[in-house]
Amino acid sequence: MSQSHAPYYFVPEPSRYPIFGSVALLLMGMGAACWMNGVNAGPYMVAGGFAILIYMLFGWFGQVVGESEGGKYNQRVDVSFRWSMGWFIFSEVMFFAAFFGALFYVRVLSVPDLAGLESRTLLWNGFTPAWPSAGPGFSEAFTPMGAWGIPAINTLLLLTSGATLTWAHWGLVNGNRGQLKLGLLLTILLGAVFLCLQVYEYVHAYHELNLKLTTGIYGSTFFMLTGFHGFHVTLGATMLIVILCRVMRGHFTADHHFAFEAVAWYWHFVDVVWLGLFVVVYWL
Amino acid sequence: MSSISHDHAHGHGHDDHGHHPTGLMRWITTTNHKDIGTMYLIFAFTMFIVGGLLAWGIRAELMYPGMQLWDPERFNSFTTMHGLIMVFGAIMPAFVGFANWQIPLMIGASDMAFARMNNWSFWLLPVAAILLVTSFFLPGGAPAAGWTLYAPLSVQQGMSMDFTIFAIHIMGASSIMGSINIIVTILNMRAPGMTLMKMPLFVWTWLITAYLLIAVMPVLAGAVTMILTDRHFGTSFFNAAGGGDPVLYQHVFCFFGHPEVYIMILPAFGIISQIIPTFARKPLFGYASMVYATASIAILSFIVWAHHMFVVGMPAAGLLFFMYATMLIAVPTGVKVFNWVATMWRGSMTFETPMLFAVGFIFVFTMGGFTGLICAIMPIDIQIQDTYYVVAHFHYVLVAGSLFALFAGTYYWLPKWTGHMYSETLGKLHFWASIIFFNITFFPMHFLGLAGMPRRIPDYATQFADFNFIASIGAFGFGLSQLIFLIAVVKCAKGGPKATAQVWEGADGLEWTVPSPAPYHTFEEPPHVK
Repeated sequence: MSQSHAPYYFVPEPSRYPIFGSVALLLMGMGAACWMNGVNAGPYMVAGGFAILIYMLFGWFGQVVGESEGGKYNQRVDVSFRWSMGWFIFSEVMFFAAFFGALFYVRVLSVPDLAGLESRTLLWNGFTPAWPSAGPGFSEAFTPMGAWGIPAINTLLLLTSGATLTWAHWGLVNGNRGQLKLGLLLTILLGAVFLCLQVYEYVHAYHELNLKLTTGIYGSTFFMLTGFHGFHVTLGATMLIVILCRVMRGHFTADHHFAFEAVAWYWHFVDVVWLGLFVVVYWL
Repeated sequence: MSSISHDHAHGHGHDDHGHHPTGLMRWITTTNHKDIGTMYLIFAFTMFIVGGLLAWGIRAELMYPGMQLWDPERFNSFTTMHGLIMVFGAIMPAFVGFANWQIPLMIGASDMAFARMNNWSFWLLPVAAILLVTSFFLPGGAPAAGWTLYAPLSVQQGMSMDFTIFAIHIMGASSIMGSINIIVTILNMRAPGMTLMKMPLFVWTWLITAYLLIAVMPVLAGAVTMILTDRHFGTSFFNAAGGGDPVLYQHVFCFFGHPEVYIMILPAFGIISQIIPTFARKPLFGYASMVYATASIAILSFIVWAHHMFVVGMPAAGLLFFMYATMLIAVPTGVKVFNWVATMWRGSMTFETPMLFAVGFIFVFTMGGFTGLICAIMPIDIQIQDTYYVVAHFHYVLVAGSLFALFAGTYYWLPKWTGHMYSETLGKLHFWASIIFFNITFFPMHFLGLAGMPRRIPDYATQFADFNFIASIGAFGFGLSQLIFLIAVVKCAKGGPKATAQVWEGADGLEWTVPSPAPYHTFEEPPHVK
């Protein structure tokens, strides 16, 4: 082994942060369950748990950033981070797959089945199974969300943000810090505009289209899929802001910037999920 | 746990600064894979006792026909919580404990790839356990929808269901972080020369298991999230009036559920594949075919889920596809059993406790495999769906399979962990008591199931009385037998004959090159594997 003093692989000191994270999730899980069942303490437990979680995230990530800038991470540790981010994104893909699978299942199987011969004659007289459907037991009229208004604009915004992020990466690799900062800023702004339009779309759906989370299976799949996606965009934008702050402080070099790349991978993943949503939730 | 060496003198060139917390804080803040592995194993055994007490509650009620001890709701919550606790609290964490202890030792790595995250993966489990066990004391009692939490039952139950849902989310987060850690450790931290096809089979099986976990735990998270929103936020995923379908839950859950059973058995295959060659004093027969068989089982596990749903309603083409795909799994599993037997063939075998459990595993697990094949045949499954035949089947693969492999692995590596030999007398007593009482408990259930006794019902017709009585006697005996295990392990941790580095005459692999007990830090400079 050529290294004389540096360890072959960096193993961190004992850490207090994980137990803070565990307490935070205990409070949040228990608090949310209490809240949903009308127990008064619920919201306070969630708030307390969330505060601890934020403290833990700041502390833990701060420590990791410090170790990274302190040169403790060699090439081998860098490879570990790359593998782990890839597998984490794979787990996220599978989470979305569950909800996409539910959407395909109801569109292809359960809604047509409800208009099958037995169901129609015995249970749901006169139900026609055209998608979008809120099911045979849902009587209010609603308007489904069209694809070619805000959703199409949002598609353009996200695709553009992918391009600006790659442009920022080129800036980083070529040592052009101005291009890096501008590209990151543009990406964050595009993400923020996307989220604002998404909020506007939800308000529009609730007030003018009578399309709600409770609007049968169409409302369920529409809001859960786009909602979880929006949540991921929020997370991705938050991570981009952290990266921008680190860039402002002079972190990252042309050959040592995996945090930037990890967030970029995540952002592109969120982008691809949106394309799937646009095609099967809004368009088809 | 006190016997684990905390000696820093072994760790040359290590840049720890010697201010490690002691006492309880050592265990709360530790980033050491051996500490964390030990905690996983202690946690798993604790939950095993809790789940076992629930099993006793079930068997006490079923000892005689008629209603004896619990009202039906309480009985159902016992079966539900027994399943959830044994699957998520006992078997899975125990295997992760083995992974933590053994994988770095077996591939020549200094620790897990992400030592801090490793700590969090463990410390999320007590949180989830608190949420699960608390649910017994909530209004309405613990969840009673069965461990599968099928809709619409799970949509209708009290607030304990919400506690369970969040517990599952937290356990899922723990499993995903743990699995990422294991995969990255295996892919990135092997000692120079340790190529993939030189890895011990236990490491291979965990690599594939971790892949399965990352693929399906998020799907389970999605399934229980849909239950949560159906319960509280008015969505209609499992509500036919809104265009959804309760069967949708079964599809999403079983897409998780079938890989999950391989998550619980593949590491067991790995442990058995380490033990048989050691005590047969021959290399494993057909190493490469073992690796390919494990991978085949994992891939097939994604396309067989609806065999849990043969009576739910499916097109005939679907029934046939899932039946044949399921039966196909018998091929790679058969390869494994053949290879284990071929390894023993003409070996110079001795039967210390790990080998007894391993051979017992092959015998009893194979019976569970055969009943699995019978359940896979759709026309037969329509008869035995939701009967005690199914209960017998999955306890043959999960108790005699996963649990016996865990016992085998514990006796096998305990001398390496503690530095002492365990009492062979106690070990053998534990084995014989376990395998005899196990069969007394579960063998009669085959007959009960074939005769039509339904599962998850607290009462039964009087013609089932005799076999139920026998099964309950067996269950009480099986539970008590586990105290022998506890005594054997505690005795071994406290003292006993000194173990050598190699421990077993026929043992081969990197973990046997470090002293017993394994020093607190091992392989800080990676060994070279020829």
